[in-house]
Amino acid sequence: MTGVWVLLGVVLLSVAVGVVLRLRDGRFRPARHHQSAREDAVDATAAIPYGSGPDGGLGAEVAEVGAALGERATLLQFSTAFCAPCRTTRRVLAGVAEMVPGVRHVEVDAEAHLELVRRLGVRRTPTVLILDADGREVRRASGAPPTRDAVFATLDEIATPRQMRADDDSSG
Amino acid sequence: MVDPRGLRFTAAVTTVVLAIVLATGSGWLLLGQTVVFAVAAVAGVRYAPYGLVFRSLIRPWLGPPATMEDAAPPRFAQVVGLLCGAVGAAGYLCGAWVVGCVAVALAFVAAFLNAAFEFCLGCQLYLFFRSTTAKGVSS
Repeated sequence: MTGVWVLLGVVLLSVAVGVVLRLRDGRFRPARHHQSAREDAVDATAAIPYGSGPDGGLGAEVAEVGAALGERATLLQFSTAFCAPCRTTRRVLAGVAEMVPGVRHVEVDAEAHLELVRRLGVRRTPTVLILDADGREVRRASGAPPTRDAVFATLDEIATPRQMRADDDSSG
Repeated sequence: MVDPRGLRFTAAVTTVVLAIVLATGSGWLLLGQTVVFAVAAVAGVRYAPYGLVFRSLIRPWLGPPATMEDAAPPRFAQVVGLLCGAVGAAGYLCGAWVVGCVAVALAFVAAFLNAAFEFCLGCQLYLFFRSTTAKGVSS
């Protein structure tokens, strides 16, 4: 009889976990290191930066994986071989990068860059970071492929408050 | 490449079997399920017993799938299932009921999420395990 109660509890737990994952996965959230200062300042330089570049830009990190930042934004995707939604994510992001000038899609094999994965706090795949022109992480989504519309909306959002800074990246 | 509907069918059957195991505490049934996990993990999901049932009995009624999926992620998930099943069966059969319960509960959550939400828990946690266990200065 105890087993039946255990089963009931585990079923309820599974449903709860599933619903929460459905609601959260694949949605873009503000980058964590910007979060505290986000309300009053767009440039949250006081917060702890992730990247090694000025203001926590990830230009050097992107160069390290053999790519360069997009002029306007970079869609940085972390994938593993054991990740079915990574394929869908790749299709969505590559499509957006093709359609929007200045936006580049960079896919990183997470297993080959575990040090970077740890530093950026990437725990699941796919994880997508949207970087601004300076390579700073502005948004992050993980666990499921973001929709194409969500990527477009986020790109619009991060492009509006700040005028585009041309050729300031030190990714060389 | 495998038919995603077959994977989901496999997950659904696995969920039911694990539910019966949880309810009855049957170590022998769990052992059977563990063998099923082992076949899928070793031979590949194409030869997974439930997958064969799907292909021979259900797929002819459904027709060809719209898309195919990579076989590596679900195979990894079967390995995770195999580990949970082995620990759980050992627990139940040796009288460590709680150990059996916890192991089966974990496997159940994973199979249920896969069947009901198309969410592959093992696939997603793979990176987490790698990044916490491996020394990983490799690039």
